[in-house]
Amino acid sequence: MTDRIEIEARSTHLDMQAEPMLINIGPSHPATHATLRFKALLDGETIIDLESEFGYLHRGFEKESEAATWTQVIPYTDRLNYVSPLMNNVGYAMAVEKLCGIKTTERCDYIRVIISELSRIIDHMVCIGTNMVDLGALTNFWYFWKPREEVYKLIEELCGQRLTTAYTRIGGLMADLPDGWTDRVLAVCRGVIPECIADVNALLTKNRIFIERTMGVGPIAAKDAVALGFTGPCLRAAGVPLDLRKDQPYLVYDRFDFDVPIGEKGDTCDRYMVRMEEMRQSLRIIEQAIAHLPGGPVNVDDPRFTLPPKELVYENIEALMNHFKFIMEGIQVPAGEAYSATEAANGELGFYIVSRGGGGPYKIKVRPPCFPLFQGIRHLVKGQMVADLIAVLGSVNIIAGELDR
Amino acid sequence: MLSAKFGSDVVSTHSDFGDDTALVRRERIVEILSYLRDDPALLFDFAMDLTGVDYLGEEPRFEVVYHLYSLEKRHRVRIKVRLHEDDPVIDSAVPVWPGINWYEREAYDMYGIVFRGHPNLARILLYEGFQGHPLRKDYPKAKRQPTIGPEE
Amino acid sequence: MAVKRERDGSPGYTLTTLESLVAWGRKYSLYPFTFATACCGIEVMGAFGTHYDMSRFGAEVVRFSPRQADVLLVAGTINYKMAPVLKRIYDQMLDPKWVISMGACACTGGFYNNYTVLQGIDKILPVDVYIPGCPPNPEGIIDAVVRIQKMLETGAPRAAERWPIK
Repeated sequence: MTDRIEIEARSTHLDMQAEPMLINIGPSHPATHATLRFKALLDGETIIDLESEFGYLHRGFEKESEAATWTQVIPYTDRLNYVSPLMNNVGYAMAVEKLCGIKTTERCDYIRVIISELSRIIDHMVCIGTNMVDLGALTNFWYFWKPREEVYKLIEELCGQRLTTAYTRIGGLMADLPDGWTDRVLAVCRGVIPECIADVNALLTKNRIFIERTMGVGPIAAKDAVALGFTGPCLRAAGVPLDLRKDQPYLVYDRFDFDVPIGEKGDTCDRYMVRMEEMRQSLRIIEQAIAHLPGGPVNVDDPRFTLPPKELVYENIEALMNHFKFIMEGIQVPAGEAYSATEAANGELGFYIVSRGGGGPYKIKVRPPCFPLFQGIRHLVKGQMVADLIAVLGSVNIIAGELDR
Repeated sequence: MLSAKFGSDVVSTHSDFGDDTALVRRERIVEILSYLRDDPALLFDFAMDLTGVDYLGEEPRFEVVYHLYSLEKRHRVRIKVRLHEDDPVIDSAVPVWPGINWYEREAYDMYGIVFRGHPNLARILLYEGFQGHPLRKDYPKAKRQPTIGPEE
Repeated sequence: MAVKRERDGSPGYTLTTLESLVAWGRKYSLYPFTFATACCGIEVMGAFGTHYDMSRFGAEVVRFSPRQADVLLVAGTINYKMAPVLKRIYDQMLDPKWVISMGACACTGGFYNNYTVLQGIDKILPVDVYIPGCPPNPEGIIDAVVRIQKMLETGAPRAAERWPIK
């Protein structure tokens, strides 16, 4: 299974009596989201073969993090999947906590669940919105930007930034929730988000143009999806109910009641339906998490991992020294290696970290959910029309930041 | 379980931090991976991740790390292989899981580990013409190379 | 521009130079080409979205062909693999053209200082407006567009006219 196009070997069995045509799509193309590139071998309009190229956003995340302390890596994780950065923060913090043997507080776990599900919703909104823009339906995109701005306001209250959050810390969170934040979350989750989901649902789900553009486009069988390493909504659309929130529950996901939607054919329409339903399930989780949100501290009570309170730093020499060492040397993580996986919006987000003691990581490998999905695009579009490449590409939701790192 | 079947090929096993890990020799790696995938008690049908690690100063220097997951059994395992610096070659696992293809290309790109039998072992994240392998510990972090493009 | 009107209802006349008339026309019809690679691209979408609504400034018609665009909006990290592509796109744009460098990465490389990231797009292109921030808010993009409109109004020279800096 080579992924390089070989023209000579494939120029037989063509419909048209012409040479196959090799066209280049990207890297600066509206539908490739500016950083992906395809070389498509076409017979008429049918894709015979496809070669993908990426790396146009390779920023050296792993090299940078090897030169940073454990806490300094958190801002870099924001920029992996910049559509749902809070989930990356959570995934990374959990990996380091696994290595340190920290048990985070219950309140921290609940807050992490709430922010993860909020990010999942806005991630799916961007995915569906941009996918529909590529198919020519601009309205859905505007509809979905309205709740996104509301969620950004909530996130901005939480950590001071709309997009690059850096909200988690090893052993807890940057800060506790602001006053009244949960009420505002509930207002958004009961108001504008379900309204906009219903609007888009009404516009698309039974829309004939939408159905003809997506149904049967880019299908994948469950067996192939597993072999290619698909995870997340794209795998569930193919009918495999793998969801780490259910299968290997982390944080406090085992306490909530929610369903895992699955599709049948794994085509673009199924992927859309799975994402729409997942947004509704995420709303359910947020409702339950806020209803049972416990009190107490958000950070672990351990001076090795938690910064001393600011008042003490100004008054007390021990706290000042502790703060200084914490910032300059970083938290001390025991030597060892750990792999921690979370269910991010696109699938399994894994962090494999190696520590040799000391304040900084020796090696961090991210297992980005997009990587195998992008690899599978060739499988999805072979034999389809070239216009369907755009529909498929949008529906698997490639985020270049985590694809290239 | 693995050491009972493959005896001398399994160097050591441990499960630190709850992750089951086996360090194996490279000679029969494809056989071991196929066994892990097909054995009815294991059924590791997902190759979740593959990466290289550079332990500069140790011998053997490189390590290839596989992370596997089983859909049905819901368990994970980590398989590690050590490779020497002067001969960083290992058999490709693409026949076992086609999805591991690009991970191997990435490990080649970043560490220079050669996967024997890989269908298209080319650079993946960096451009053709990049000299060296940037994630090796002896590659300076800020060492820049001239851009190769239509203008220059 | 000087406008003289004799009496209400009667035809008036306008005195202007051709340059300022053209500049006035350009001012409210800037066509941006968004070269959005990374996180900043999401905020670009926000700026064109319903809440911030770039249309109010006449710059909402995003062109994805460089030949039809006036403003190159570089949003996100540019690495050495991407740099030749960006340069080529800039060269394909017709004069007069402006460049906005959005975000810390495009301006200076941001907090990525390693083997792969270009340390600021002004190493290869003339930049007219820099927007700081990681990523900047959509207000930043609107401000940058307004600054280009001001440049047109006052006839300030474009960065391309001073390029390359000796």
